[in-house]
Amino acid sequence: MTRGGIALSGALLLTCLFPFVAATFYTELATKVMILAIFALSLDLLVGYTGLVSFGHAAYFGVGAYALGLLAPKYEAANLWLTLPAAVLFAGLAALAVGALVVRVKGIYFIMVTLAFAQMFYFVFHDTKFGRGSDGISINVKPVAAIGSLVPFDLGNSTHVYFLILAALVGVFVFLRLLLRSPFGRALQGICSNEQRMRSLGFPVYRYKLASFAIAGALAGLAGYLSALQFGFVNPELLSWHQSGNVLLMLILGGLGTLYGAVVGAFAFVAMEEIFSSLTTHWQLLLGATIIALVLALPGGLASVKNRFRRTLVGETDVD
Amino acid sequence: MTEPILATQGLSRRFGGLTAAASVAIELHRGRLHALLGPNGAGKTTLLNLLSGELRASAGTIRYKGRDITHLSPDRRARIGIGRSYQKTNIFPAFSAFENTRLAAQARFPRAAHLFSDALAYAPVCDAARRALESTGLLESAGRIAATLGHGEQRQLELAMVLATAPEILLLDEPLAGMGAEEAGRMVGLLRALAPEHAILLVEHDMDAVFALADTITVMVNGQVLESGPPAQIRASAAVREAYLGDGALP
Repeated sequence: MTRGGIALSGALLLTCLFPFVAATFYTELATKVMILAIFALSLDLLVGYTGLVSFGHAAYFGVGAYALGLLAPKYEAANLWLTLPAAVLFAGLAALAVGALVVRVKGIYFIMVTLAFAQMFYFVFHDTKFGRGSDGISINVKPVAAIGSLVPFDLGNSTHVYFLILAALVGVFVFLRLLLRSPFGRALQGICSNEQRMRSLGFPVYRYKLASFAIAGALAGLAGYLSALQFGFVNPELLSWHQSGNVLLMLILGGLGTLYGAVVGAFAFVAMEEIFSSLTTHWQLLLGATIIALVLALPGGLASVKNRFRRTLVGETDVD
Repeated sequence: MTEPILATQGLSRRFGGLTAAASVAIELHRGRLHALLGPNGAGKTTLLNLLSGELRASAGTIRYKGRDITHLSPDRRARIGIGRSYQKTNIFPAFSAFENTRLAAQARFPRAAHLFSDALAYAPVCDAARRALESTGLLESAGRIAATLGHGEQRQLELAMVLATAPEILLLDEPLAGMGAEEAGRMVGLLRALAPEHAILLVEHDMDAVFALADTITVMVNGQVLESGPPAQIRASAAVREAYLGDGALP
């Protein structure tokens, strides 16, 4: 087994043991981190591997969350196995529709139009009867994971939810790993590196970018759904540009274009949020300053620490 | 005379008041190397961009195998067999030389869109990539990151990527630019070897190479075709001497 493999297995083992030793508060906090990690991973496919900097990714997170909020009956439990795929599908379709228009646009304009679409989504949920306005929707009855009469786990139990979301995170991680080494994933990375050359080699770049945008949206929808499941509540703030900005920050903090960077970034972001907000009411100032310092000190994000450390120790190059 | 594989008629491109290509008629034949000469700004690269689809024609038509491709997108043109290389090296600098050519080869295979198979496990694409590296003399550098290759090697990689897409037409923009004598010699040999199986349009400033390789030479000045014909005719042409080459410049 490689050193990376050992580190990964160790991390996974610790993650599995965590809910049995930690207080419920920390189990739920770790669950939130994992949901954000899925969200950050989905954005990494776009920003880190396709070269599309979306500043409106929260829209699809929100669509996934609202899918549960709107599909859940008022006095009965929604079924996880029906509502979860529906949420992923809706978010993916929303991203497909928006993507069809926006992936033609480049650079700063792409950032602006993705933001504009996310704002439109925000106001759809904020200002219409359909979205139930700024108060959002409470999911009064926890969904159930029933398959017929069999209920494999209890979504009211925070340890069970923890493991469900851990499984989702591992699943998304493996999914993206496989995707990125496939011909499709390698074409995305080619587009990220040199779009014009990809086109002249014969790649229909638009279709590749659109597929990437839709897949990233669907995965963000999964994260949004899980968030609604955990908190039992959705509101338009889930789609706000703050949320889009935060997930970008997590990604930049962790390191673009590395999958584990997205996970590390989500963890570091929430950890800093918790620590700073316990210290001072002006914690956002502290958070901002720390992120700026970290980005300046580590342009490759936290994920680059390993390489830097190794380089200074044995003078190895960046080429892995 | 056989049917040309590619032919243009009245092909023009204007940028505002400037006419970069004015009613150009040119023919490419399989097995023949057609060289394009002309001073800087004559419209040679503009013509390549029109043929590869990176520029839209203002007027005129391009026919490829009898089909009108004037309005086809660059990626479609590449997929039907029109490959081009660039004057300024245009590669994927962070990828290995092998991955550069493997991606190029992938463009021509329908399995390219597969989502979950391992790209490296698909032998036809990997073989095509390896053959392209081999023919350009880069096989030993296959594992190196493209950015770390020397200038000459990057030029070879530039061509290897085009070859990996298995094109029928090669549009080559100054493949010898900046190469040392030895590298240039190898490249001339490679172009000669490629000529029988391809239709080549070569833009090149190296006169020795052009006159040694070309079956037909077209001289462009100010976006217009000044003269077109076999090398002997171009060498003897008074108009070409006067307008472009200057007395005694021809080998």
